[in-house]
This record gives sequence, structure tokens and C-alpha cells, in this order.
Amino acid sequence: MSKLMLGNQAVARGLYEAGVSVVSSYPGTPSTEITEFASTYNPNEMYCEWAPNEKVACEVAIGASIAGARSFCAMKHVGLNVAADPLFTASYTGVNGGLVIAVADDPGMHSSQNEQDSRHYAIGAKVPMLEPSDSAECKEYTKLAYEISEKYDTPVILRLTTRVSHSQSAVETADRIERALPEYKKDIQKYVMVPANAIKKHVIVEQRTASLTEYAETADINKVEMNSDEIGVITSGICYQYAKEALGDKASYLKLGMVNPLPVKLIKDFAAKVKKLYVIEELDDVIETHCRKTGIDVIGKEQFTLQGEYFQSKIRQVVLGESDSWTELDAAIPVRPPVLCAGCPHRGVFYILKKLGVTVSGDIGCYTLGSAAPLSAMDTTVCMGASVSGLHGFNKGRRGEYENKAVAVIGDSTFIHSGVTGLINIAYNRSNSTVIILDNSITGMTGHQNNPANGKNIYGDPAAAVDLEALAKAVGIDSVRVIDPNNLEETEKAIREELSKAEPSVIIARRPCALLKTVKHKPAFKINSDKCKNCKSCMRIGCPALCWGEHGVTIDSTLCVGCGLCSQLCKFGAIEE
Amino acid sequence: MQTKSIMIVGVGGQGTLLASRILGSVIQGAGHDVKVSEVHGMSQRGGSVVTYIKYGEKVYSPVIEKGQADIIVSFEQLEAARWLSYLKNGGTIITNTQKISPMPVITGAAEYPDGLIDKIKDKGINVISVDALSAAEQAGSAKAVNVVVIGVLSKVLDGFDEAAWENAVVECVPAKVTEINKKAFGLGRALV
Repeated sequence: MSKLMLGNQAVARGLYEAGVSVVSSYPGTPSTEITEFASTYNPNEMYCEWAPNEKVACEVAIGASIAGARSFCAMKHVGLNVAADPLFTASYTGVNGGLVIAVADDPGMHSSQNEQDSRHYAIGAKVPMLEPSDSAECKEYTKLAYEISEKYDTPVILRLTTRVSHSQSAVETADRIERALPEYKKDIQKYVMVPANAIKKHVIVEQRTASLTEYAETADINKVEMNSDEIGVITSGICYQYAKEALGDKASYLKLGMVNPLPVKLIKDFAAKVKKLYVIEELDDVIETHCRKTGIDVIGKEQFTLQGEYFQSKIRQVVLGESDSWTELDAAIPVRPPVLCAGCPHRGVFYILKKLGVTVSGDIGCYTLGSAAPLSAMDTTVCMGASVSGLHGFNKGRRGEYENKAVAVIGDSTFIHSGVTGLINIAYNRSNSTVIILDNSITGMTGHQNNPANGKNIYGDPAAAVDLEALAKAVGIDSVRVIDPNNLEETEKAIREELSKAEPSVIIARRPCALLKTVKHKPAFKINSDKCKNCKSCMRIGCPALCWGEHGVTIDSTLCVGCGLCSQLCKFGAIEE
Repeated sequence: MQTKSIMIVGVGGQGTLLASRILGSVIQGAGHDVKVSEVHGMSQRGGSVVTYIKYGEKVYSPVIEKGQADIIVSFEQLEAARWLSYLKNGGTIITNTQKISPMPVITGAAEYPDGLIDKIKDKGINVISVDALSAAEQAGSAKAVNVVVIGVLSKVLDGFDEAAWENAVVECVPAKVTEINKKAFGLGRALV
């Protein structure tokens, strides 16, 4: 039966059909839904979990594979930076049960802090990488990845990109493969990567790459479609779909379903059949470089770009010199950037940080939106966890000068992911740094996943919850306090006091995300126009429910959730429940 | 058949994703090849959001670009204006008349332009404008704006029967709001 599925959903279906029994991931756009959909299958067949970070998730999958299970982990591109350490050595140990790691790149940076190309990891770790171009291939390649993993004794990376992960197209489903768990045999030379064993293993890894290159020459997923001998296109993943739409039968195609290792003879033969040869690949020039290295002349990045997404019009313009026309409106259309939601518990903290003129070491999550106007209360955002460790470095770099006027802000899930190690460093190497944990009891930006701090597992069942206060104390922070960020007076007092202390401190700003179904909303607040002096004090919190128009300030009752933050700013008592 | 391209645009939180899933389900049920491209993550937080639906014999790219959309369905005026350039010559815009101020307007850094719908009409573009917010409130929830607009689209788009639309609405919305959404769909259909 054919069903419309997101690419990510189709990967999850592929896992199920491949007989996968252990899935461990950390959420990250655009990869999150793979594991969410995987968790809708019977956990007795396919157990799923959210791990604290991608390194843990990858190691769980490695352990499960060694035990004999077909195992899986998913992450976004930057998540693979975190999981790179286990990946590079799992390449040496190889597998027992098949091991597949899905990584979702984000060309165009729809929801990411950089535009890195994960194909470099497959090359670096010397593991095969498959790249599907639609949902049907997402499912098929996932299943194929397990066959390759077990046949060649290697982890396999499944590379996705935003448009593949987040597009729906038709998928035919099949039954799950019933797979007996293979025996676990202790094998020190295979699984204990001390130098003596690893030296031997490296030889095998290089032999494996040679065998996989041979496989790439004839693999079904590396397909030639001959239409024209004028124009040839070598491409993979979503770019194949863009190229097909742009060029149709005007070009011939070599579609590479396996992007590492790349074939040599197959490409040479294809190149010989066409007059003009293009490599169409988003992000880095991986296929292009391979072609040039093997002596094949191609047109690549000199005509295309290393940045952003390509789409059909760009390809048509570069290859055929054709372009579309359209109508523009002669009006200044204001931009509509993403904002903190109405009732967001992060808003109060950022309002106070701005008011106090504090330097803010930021992190990755919904609260990164605290950097946007009018709050503009963030100085840095680098990667998960960098707020805490970065603040310590900043304070050391300024010789303590900023210790009473700089803070780190980090969400609960991000703190568990990689903030806690930075906090240990603050305590151990002593800086008088102030860390604010924005505990909204959920992993927010990726769409509400449970995490180790909120007391629920992926299935919504009760689970152990990290006691953040006790954890902060246990690592050596004596000054730990919990505040309600919707109480501005309390929030300001806490931040002022903790900043002034000659010791490191942790403030936990605790209030659940306003979008959680378990959070009860109050009725919308109203402006009493008799009392309102149009001073615009309330507009400073950047709430999307507050509008400024001809009649002064109004509150959009469809957006307001009655958090009351704005009413605390009104000196005239004009904002009423 | 030629590939048909429909865009659904709006403000994060208005339910463009659900609307695109309803449409995708109707189209797939009718046996077409279809691709629906969604938006997840940061831009969903009150930002300008767009989803693409393309269908026909065989669809390759899931993305619609400038000058390529047959129909743009907008949940908000400013978004209709923002994405106008994506419309094909001779295409149709369906827009909700609701205005939602973006943050630069809220903070006073920019103004919400006046008379946007008239400006679009002045370009000779076929515009269907409806007050979907009032209809949604009448149905029982302001959140049903998306399904009201889907009701309007169901009258404009040829080739799919009403029952298929209604089934898709029921299949895609949460069970406890089925009745509100069925009503919203019907009210949407009655607007054109």
C-alpha cells in the first residue's frame, strides 16, 4: 500500500522493516521526526530512547550493535560533531548487528548555526554513506544500509538534507524482517581498540574501502540515465530531483545513491558519453574534487555555489541559460522573523538581562530568540553547551572584570546535553561565573521532546529526572537558587544578587513552556484605555500578542495566554486580567 | 497532466503544516504523484512560514520558486504580499484578510502597509479574499482559520470531491476538535 510520508517518517519505517531493535537519538532539526516516528512502533520490537546527547546516542547504538542487534541513531549535522569520537573508532571495530547513523544536513540553514557538509565525516571516518532523494528512497536506502553494514562489517551513514527529511512523498510499505539475534562472541581483537589491535584494524578498514569502491561501480543505487549526449549531470540526493525538474530529458544523469566511497570507472564511462559534464551538489565540492582527482574535467562550483540550497531555477539558469518571470509588489513588506511565543517563560529573564545591561553568553534553543529585537539580550551563540564554558573563558579572559556583569543562559535539555561539563569546569577552575538554566521542562525548539530533566521518557512514561539543583551543588556550586521567570521582581533580585557574589552561582529559572498541553492558560489580558498613557513600556518585552496601532496598545486575544508579564511593566495599572 | 503547484503561507502557529497535510492527503487519495514540503524548527516560532504542495504525473523537486505557483493560499495579508512573486502569471491568490503584526511593526521599527489586497488586485492578479478569522470563531475556535481557508481552496481547486476533502480534514485534525473543524470547513466553502 502506498502512503504519503515525510522522508524522516520513511526512514523510521525502513528501520522497522529492517528489523532494527535499538534506536537512540538526540533531537535536532531536521532529523528529529525519525526517532519520533520510530517510537510509534511497538517498543518490544523496536526500543527507542532520547539520549542526553549525540555522543551517548551513538555509543548506545554501537553497544547494541556489538550485542548483535540492528541499531540506529539519528542526529542533525552538528550533532555528528558531538558523535564524531565514537564514529571514527566504530569504523575500526566494525559491527555485529548492522549499525546505521542518520545525519541530516541543513543547506540554507533553516534551523541551524552553520552549514557544514556531513559527507566529510564519511570520508574522514572511512565509512560508506548513502544519500536518498525522496521518501521512497529514504525507506529503501535505510534497509540497504543494514545489508551493507553487515556484509562489509562497518557502520553506515545515511545522509539526509532538510528538503528530503521534511518533504512528504509516496512510500510502499512492507513487512518487518524477522531477524534472530546473532550470538555475542567476546572478540578482544575486534572490539578492544588498543594500538596493537587498532593497527591491524586500520589495514582492514582500507581494504574495506577498496571493496566498497568496487561495490560502488555496479551498485543499483548508482544509476545512469542516458537521454542526451550533449549534457551530463553527476548528482545525488535532493539535487537529483532539482536537476530532473530543471533539465528533464535535455540531460543525462549519473545519480549517486552512495556518496562515499565514490566509483571511479562508472564516472569515467559516463563522462566519456557526454560533451559537457556538470557536477550538481549542494554545499561542498566533494564529488567534484573526486572527479578532478581521477582526472575527469567537470563544471562545478565555478558555476554554482558553496552556499545555500540550489533548486531547479538555479540549475536551469546555469545549464540552459533560462529564467522565469514574476510579479513584484511595490510595497515595503516588513520582515517577519521568528520570535519568542506569547507567554514564553524565557521572556522575563531576557527582559531583565537587557534592563541590567548584562553581557549574555548564549546557547542553542528557543531562547536563542532572546537575541532578537527588542530584547537583543544575547552576545554569543556558538554550539550546544558553549554558553557555560564560554562564559568561564570570557571571565578568565577579562581577568574577572565581567564576573559581576556577565551571565550564561542555557536551556534544561542543552544543559544536560553538554552544559554540565562546562559547569564542572567553572567550579573546578573557579571563576565567579553566573549560569542561568532556563528550565522549561521540555526540549522546545525541536518540537517538544522529553528529556532527562523532565521526568518522562520518549514514550511519555515516568522516568528518573535529573535534580538540577542537587547536580549543581554536587559539582561544587554552593549558591544555587530557583526562581519563577514570570515574576520580574524576583528575577531581577536574583540576577543582581548572584552577580554580586564572589563565588560561582546557578540560577534555575523554572516555568514550563507555554505551548505544553499540560500548561493551563489564563484568559487574555485587556488594556484599560482610560488608564493607558501610551507610554509603550509594555512594548519593550517583545510579546507578539501586544500590538501598536492608531488606537495605541492593544492585546491580541487570540495570542495572549494571560502570563501577565506585560502588566508587571505598567506603572498605571492599565493592563488588566 | 502538467504539474500543479500550490503554496500555503502564513505565520508560525497558524497551522500551515496541518493545512498542507490535509491537501496532500486529498491529492494522494486521488491517485496523483505528490510532494509536500514542510517547515519545522526555528521559523515556526511566529515567523513567516511556507509549505509547498506539488502534484501531477511525476513530481521531482518538492520546492516551488518565484513565478512557479499556480495558487498561493495565504492565512494572513502581509504574507500574501510577501510571497506574491512566487505566483505564476495568471495564477490565483486566496487570502485571509486577517492582519498579524510582525515584530518590527510591534516595536515600531516598521509599518504594516495599508491596502495590500487592493495593491495585489491592481497588478491584475486574481485574488479571492475572505474573513477566515470570523468564520473560524463562528465555528468555535479562532485556531480553525487554517481549515476555513482549506474550505475555500476546496471550492477553487478542481478535480477533487467534497467528501474526499471532508474525510481528509477529519483524518488530519485531532479527534476532540473534529466537529469544530468540520464546521469550519463548511463555513469556508460557503465563503466563495
